[in-house]
Amino acid sequence: MSTNVTETDRTDLSDKGAASVRFRAVDKAFGSLTVLENLHLDVEPGERVVIIGPSGSGKTTILRVTMTLEHIDAGTIQVGGQHLYHEETSAGSLKAASERHIRKVRSNIGMVFQHFNLFPHMSAIENVMLAPVKVHGTSREEAQHLGMELLAKVGLAEHANHTPGQLSGGQKQRVAIARALATQPSVMLFDEVTSALDPELVGDVLKVLRDIAEEGKTTMMLVTHEMGFAREIADRILMFDKGRVVESGPPSQVLDDPQEDRTRSFLGAVAEH
Amino acid sequence: MEDLVLTPGQYAQLWNGALATVRILAGAFALGLFLSLVVGVGRLSERKWVRGISFGFVEFARGISSIILLTIMVIAIPILLGDVFPWLRGRSVAVLGAIALGLNMGGYGAEIIRGSILAIPKGQGEACIALNLSPTQRLRFVVLPQALRIILPPMGNLTIEILKGTALVSVVAGFDLMRATQNLIAGMLAQGALGVTVLFINVLFIYFILAQGVNGLFRLAERVLDRRFEQRTGRSAVPINVAATAGS
Repeated sequence: MSTNVTETDRTDLSDKGAASVRFRAVDKAFGSLTVLENLHLDVEPGERVVIIGPSGSGKTTILRVTMTLEHIDAGTIQVGGQHLYHEETSAGSLKAASERHIRKVRSNIGMVFQHFNLFPHMSAIENVMLAPVKVHGTSREEAQHLGMELLAKVGLAEHANHTPGQLSGGQKQRVAIARALATQPSVMLFDEVTSALDPELVGDVLKVLRDIAEEGKTTMMLVTHEMGFAREIADRILMFDKGRVVESGPPSQVLDDPQEDRTRSFLGAVAEH
Repeated sequence: MEDLVLTPGQYAQLWNGALATVRILAGAFALGLFLSLVVGVGRLSERKWVRGISFGFVEFARGISSIILLTIMVIAIPILLGDVFPWLRGRSVAVLGAIALGLNMGGYGAEIIRGSILAIPKGQGEACIALNLSPTQRLRFVVLPQALRIILPPMGNLTIEILKGTALVSVVAGFDLMRATQNLIAGMLAQGALGVTVLFINVLFIYFILAQGVNGLFRLAERVLDRRFEQRTGRSAVPINVAATAGS
């Protein structure tokens, strides 16, 4: 396992500003299937990175290992300068992180899922309040106040007492975004958040993402198939295939003037739809 | 019809027996439910040794016939473990029997709990990780509240099984409804076989009423849960055509 940690990111996590994400030589395999291979990736604080690529290319896995939903096999990941899967010993070497350490670093990361994963037995506002109250020890009043603010921000204040079963897909996804924002993450991960929505509901969700991007308080990593949106929101686009970054650059370069054949054929296939 | 009715004195004895049966059932249920939760969750623990112990318990509790477990519990355990746990000595057969049946129920109940936890979509757990809830919070606030609806029907089944299992306590010399019946039989044999038949028809009916009581409680719990869900969502919790499946 690589212990070569040269960069020291000075981002102070306590002020909850945007944080960097650094992958170093990350490997991840499911059985005999290699999903990430020797991946090096730097996302700067406040940067908006869109990951594109064919299905099964490992792009969702990048988000999932950053959220610790899957653990990496080798390499290191740092978020805001802190190792996610490792702890530094007094001798300066790295050892596997304790659950407690992982939880501490993970508190700076938020994620929105393709299938929302809202808690069906709770109302929208309860979904949003759960983590602030139970994890961060915020008082119920304060959490409710913050939660209502967030629901208003995503345009759902009047649906606060509705349960997920009473909401449309687009509304559910906006509640899920509000829920993720409630923990004030420094890094937000968006995993194909519009893929499960009816086309006419996609717009509202993208508008919320634009608002978050404009505020610039968080680093954003997005996996999406909405190329128009990717072009608009991304500082940088990563073309991903077979566990590797094929091509990386600003949208104008990767989308309009791709250098790699693999990127060209992928964009061609996507454009046909 | 009068032929089927027993004397008030006989009913008084059966009533005492029924009360004893309910008490044994209540004890067994409390212990069984507790064990079900602890062991059912333990079966899904990330720690290998917790999984191992839980697995061992489930196989033990399910694999031993209740009557043998009862016999061991009532006769052998107070002698074997009486020195280590003085509490066990001099316990009534009812208490020891309830413990044995509770162990038995825990084995089956643990598998019900485990199955219902596994039935909750994986995305729910992932959302909890993303929100940084601890594993205990995940279970308490997200998984178990959703699993409860799936747990209730089979747990009701199991409780009725245990109710019927309480009759075995009479075999190890405990007092319950079955023992009360046998006591009556002893006094009736002189009067001929017809009295015994009538007696058994009455006892059958009493067990049936007890089972319906258990059923009713579980149905009530289900309805309370459903109503709470409906009030909050404005739709039925179980989107199944009940009329179409009622016959199965």
